[in-house]
Amino acid sequence: MNASAATPPPTTDSQAHSVDPKEAEHFGKLAAEWWDPKGSSAMLHRLNPPRLGYIRKAADRHWDLDAADRRPLTGKSALDIGCGAGLLAEPLARLGATVTGIDAAEENIAAARAHAAQSGLAIDYRIGGVEAAEGTHDLVTCMEVVEHVTDPAAFVCGLAGALKPDGLLIMSTPNRTGLSKLAMITVGEGAGLIPKGTHDWDKFLTPEELTGLLEAAGMRVTDVSGLSFSPARGFEISDRKALNYLLTAVRAPA
Amino acid sequence: MNQTDVIILGGGLVGQTLALALDLHGLSSAVVDRMPTKALLDSSYDGRVSAVASASWNMLNAIGLGEALEGKGCPIGSIRASDGLAPGRLDFESGEGEGPLGIMFENRLLRASLFGASQKAEHIALHMAKSAADVVREQEGVTVTLDDGTILKGSLLIGAEGRGSPTRETAGIRVARWSYRHHAIVATINHERSHGGIAYEIFYPAGPFALLPMLDDAGGHRSALVWTVHEKDGPAMMGLSERAFLAEAEKRMGGFLGNLALAGPRGSYPLGFHHAAKITGERLALVGDSAHGIHPIAGQGLNLGFRDVACLAQVLVEGVRLGMDAGDAELLKRYETWRSLDTLMVAMATDGLTRLFGIPGKTASRIRRFGMTAVDRIPPLKRRFVDEARGSSGKLPLLLQGVTV
Repeated sequence: MNASAATPPPTTDSQAHSVDPKEAEHFGKLAAEWWDPKGSSAMLHRLNPPRLGYIRKAADRHWDLDAADRRPLTGKSALDIGCGAGLLAEPLARLGATVTGIDAAEENIAAARAHAAQSGLAIDYRIGGVEAAEGTHDLVTCMEVVEHVTDPAAFVCGLAGALKPDGLLIMSTPNRTGLSKLAMITVGEGAGLIPKGTHDWDKFLTPEELTGLLEAAGMRVTDVSGLSFSPARGFEISDRKALNYLLTAVRAPA
Repeated sequence: MNQTDVIILGGGLVGQTLALALDLHGLSSAVVDRMPTKALLDSSYDGRVSAVASASWNMLNAIGLGEALEGKGCPIGSIRASDGLAPGRLDFESGEGEGPLGIMFENRLLRASLFGASQKAEHIALHMAKSAADVVREQEGVTVTLDDGTILKGSLLIGAEGRGSPTRETAGIRVARWSYRHHAIVATINHERSHGGIAYEIFYPAGPFALLPMLDDAGGHRSALVWTVHEKDGPAMMGLSERAFLAEAEKRMGGFLGNLALAGPRGSYPLGFHHAAKITGERLALVGDSAHGIHPIAGQGLNLGFRDVACLAQVLVEGVRLGMDAGDAELLKRYETWRSLDTLMVAMATDGLTRLFGIPGKTASRIRRFGMTAVDRIPPLKRRFVDEARGSSGKLPLLLQGVTV
């Protein structure tokens, strides 16, 4: 949901490349406002329902879950990379999963911990990059993060490594198109809908590029869907991928 | 700790229906009402009747009340509207194989059935004969302290107290309102001839005189009378002897149902219109008359409340299945958007109807009759009225289609 790291952790692990100190500091400033539905993260709150809908459908399909079950992820472990202040981690916990949330910005994690306590949810929040995750997980989510990291290929390998053999990986990221540049940077950041300096358009990945990185990491992409905006219906999952897209991946058969 | 998904203030027909609709999908409610259970179920408390539109009936069935209510309401086969007793009328009938336009139920029967179901429901905690002494809505959640010191915690507060909703007032939500300066005199009458399942709406300058079909009782054929009179005439109408009251009623009806007798006490209710500017706030949603009150001319008040319930229940159920907090601002936004247009359209239509039929004079009467004839002859327009009466216009929430979410 946000950037990846504050200061590079003292590690020789290749995942340390996912850390970009400038970006992490920027998100730290926003942490306190994360949970205000009208604050600077208003856009993320609005994106949450369609995103959660996509995740729920993918999980229902993958594990053959009951769509009417309120806690379908009971007994499963979930890892949210770039969890921000927990906008996705909390819903996953309510769905029954044992959740680990990782974010590079210390302030985000502090805000996330405080909010989870308020919500009465037990979530294991950690500061760091993907390397801070221990063991493997049934579900790994990584929303709006890969476009911020310095070495996407290494980062994607890290995500794949955090996944159980029969696990499910779900990512979302903006596409690198003229439309996304216009919407997210010129209009979005220009009009203050998205905080200035949030995105560097040149780092955006197209679905083909991200699929390529995932395949190189031993994954198989099973779905790519668009997250589009219409004035009448707001944000929705569709086949229009020009702005932003969501992607589901599983481990490729050996 | 009494922690539930929602806290419903007001355990009337709409509040209880919402609690049951949520319970069916595993969402928990605390329902608070200042009435003691016994008084609420007392038959003399409320002699009113409601036309349950077929879409609303679908929902009552879906939430498991079908069995308790089956055969206890009188189906409306057609609605016959006329301008006074002048010739020319407009008949609305349900199409082949479509079922009735609506079903007439006594409110106390609906209330008793809903209450019985709520008492047995797994996820509903009833707090009767209690009122909310303190209500706090904040980003973290809702806390309600009852007058006996009980503390309730929830994700969302529902204002379902009706017309004068203190929850709405406290939230500072502005309300557009006006009085029609009319009273509805409500009574149940027995009559000599059968109503044949027809609801009669006879329009007079003072307002509609409606006869709504009810099931026969020991006194024979039966209808509910909803008689709109000027507010200055209200007390006099209530003070009339039974004989004089029935004689006045017969004059309005033209005697087509034969001899009349009162089957119960008369009641008088002031008529007004109110429409809340917003129906949501931070961790707050309004339903039913707390949000909007309309003229009973088309019998749509309770049905509008049921539509609120069906929409809100669907929004909340779908939301929690995504792991969202039931009080999430995004969910409330969806409820607000879904309901606002529909509510205003129905409110304006009934208000317009009242005003149209309230204009005295021959010219106005001719225009009305022309209008009725026109509606009668233009099938799509007529269809639209019938759909409105059935409650099946607009984008229907699943519960009104009779299916669970």
